[in-house]
Amino acid sequence: MKQYSTLRKPILGTPKSFEDVTIDIATQLERRPAKLWWAALACAVCALGVGATAVAYQLKMGIGTWGLNNSVGWAFDITNFVFWVGIGHAGTFISAILFLLRQPWRTSINRSAEAMTLIAVACAGIFPLIHMGRPWLFFWATPYPNSRGPLWVNFRSPLVWDCIAIGTYFTISLVFWYLGLIPDLATLRDRATSKTRRFVYGILSFGWNGSMRVWHRYDAVYLLLAALATPLVLSVHTIVSMDFATSIIPGWHSTVFPPYFVAGAIFSGFAMVLTLLIVARKIMSFQDYITIDHIDKMCRVMLAAGSLVGISYAIEVFVAWYSVNPYERFAFLNRALGPYAWAYWTMITCNVFVPQLLWFRNLRRNVILVFVVSILINVGMWMERFVIIVTSLHRDFMPSSWSMYKPTIIEIAILLGAFGLFFTAFLLFARFLPFIAISEVKGVLGYARRPQERSSHKVPVHAISEAPAP
Amino acid sequence: MKRHLLIGVFENEESLVAATRATREAGYPIHDVFAPYAVHGLDQAMGLRPSRLPWICLSFAIAGLLLAAGTEFWMGSIDWPLNVGGKPLNSLPAYLPVMFELMVLIGGVGTALTLFVVSRLYPGKKEWLPDPRVTNGRFVLALDAAGVAFDADRAEQLLHRFEVAEVRTLQEG
Repeated sequence: MKQYSTLRKPILGTPKSFEDVTIDIATQLERRPAKLWWAALACAVCALGVGATAVAYQLKMGIGTWGLNNSVGWAFDITNFVFWVGIGHAGTFISAILFLLRQPWRTSINRSAEAMTLIAVACAGIFPLIHMGRPWLFFWATPYPNSRGPLWVNFRSPLVWDCIAIGTYFTISLVFWYLGLIPDLATLRDRATSKTRRFVYGILSFGWNGSMRVWHRYDAVYLLLAALATPLVLSVHTIVSMDFATSIIPGWHSTVFPPYFVAGAIFSGFAMVLTLLIVARKIMSFQDYITIDHIDKMCRVMLAAGSLVGISYAIEVFVAWYSVNPYERFAFLNRALGPYAWAYWTMITCNVFVPQLLWFRNLRRNVILVFVVSILINVGMWMERFVIIVTSLHRDFMPSSWSMYKPTIIEIAILLGAFGLFFTAFLLFARFLPFIAISEVKGVLGYARRPQERSSHKVPVHAISEAPAP
Repeated sequence: MKRHLLIGVFENEESLVAATRATREAGYPIHDVFAPYAVHGLDQAMGLRPSRLPWICLSFAIAGLLLAAGTEFWMGSIDWPLNVGGKPLNSLPAYLPVMFELMVLIGGVGTALTLFVVSRLYPGKKEWLPDPRVTNGRFVLALDAAGVAFDADRAEQLLHRFEVAEVRTLQEG
């Protein structure tokens, strides 16, 4: 039972009844879309179209349409891949890790963050795929009986680990997200007025009727999935970092990579969640659900993750000096002072200096400022991956193979297309599925509220059972 | 089979839990309780045993782990022993990431599917609701009223002690 405590603050801005919660969240899906939504969707679909055209052209002509060369064999594509996978880390962090840590404020943001995760991982998946040269043979990366021997995949290769890790992450995130959606879909089904909505939500809600016997098992499964997904979140970016760390390239070959990448992923993921939610809460009038306190708390997570990222940068530089390895030293001096110094210092400014603003409570609670900071962090984290990948490769072991990398218009169009896909899918999600977990918010309505403030008007009399035998 | 039920509709979680505990302690058979969210403490009030799903999850997870280990060792060391950079064929450390991922994948998906099977939830299932508001803002305590010893009047009296909003009889089906 929830006890009242003056030390705790209620999750929502104003006291609400169960019906209020249903109405506030469901009417967003039931009214006609606003002009602003159509305008945003049109922009996103245009960007998606540009990207799709660029991908089609690239598939026809080959990856010679990109700016890659013999020294820089990975650049924009893998930068984008790591960037999107990183963004995809916030959702499951919020839904699984914060669930195990018993953070009830996660209920207002977990649904949209999980949707963002799924979409971001899907965006990420495109890049290794189109980088393959022959993307239609992508299934060669999976171990299946084949007529080539059978020749199996090399399970000692981090690229195979990555393929399986991303696939697992997407599947488990999808199951977790859908499991959370089922009770809400039932709520939407039961208040649907049109036949189509009733039919569609009826199919999707699996005949859910709120039976406590099912809720009881559901809770157990939710906890189990959270417990499985928690190490999974940490493992995925660890494995992504091993794509680099297991090679011998100076600047990549480093044992700090797994924690460094995981911290960076949570950092960038929270930045993207904040970017999206600060806009969404305003447009969808969710200020009572996603309160300033929520933004404050997310900023704190971002500050902690960002500080870890800053420490990792420092450790990399220190180890490069301390290792007395001239190639390692050169790689880091070249990052800071070489031809890509602009990218390095953009990264340091956005990821190390800008987040320091979040130490101040007033600034954490300033929505406009947090929005700007979150965008700068997104830029900085994209630059981080660019710096790691391109600056480490462009000065090859022999000075005769030194070269520079510049993205072509096709690569920029594909990045634009990935953003188009991301926003198209997110806008559709916001239109057709409950943006906030209705049933989970109802579960925390009483949190830190005096009984008389709760939805129920009467304080229950805890009558002692003196019931007659049946 | 249709069941005769006596249902009490509640407006708040505290009354529901108290009423559930009292009816169970008084010996009335509880058919089920319906709630718009997972009410904490209600499973104890209903006397539900802890779910056995964690064991299912453990079994699936171990199966996934063993499947991955078996696949990797058989493919990489037995069926086509491929020498990669002179590394040993049975490279357990390099096999661990995939073993871990498959453990999580099969453990998680298997547990979720088991939930759907044991709870008989499937796409397109026609829902049965004791009250249309049960997925919105009402709680329903459903007592099995079919037994010969069931005294509906006394059960109703008992429910009224816990601020029940309405009491009525219903048939499931």
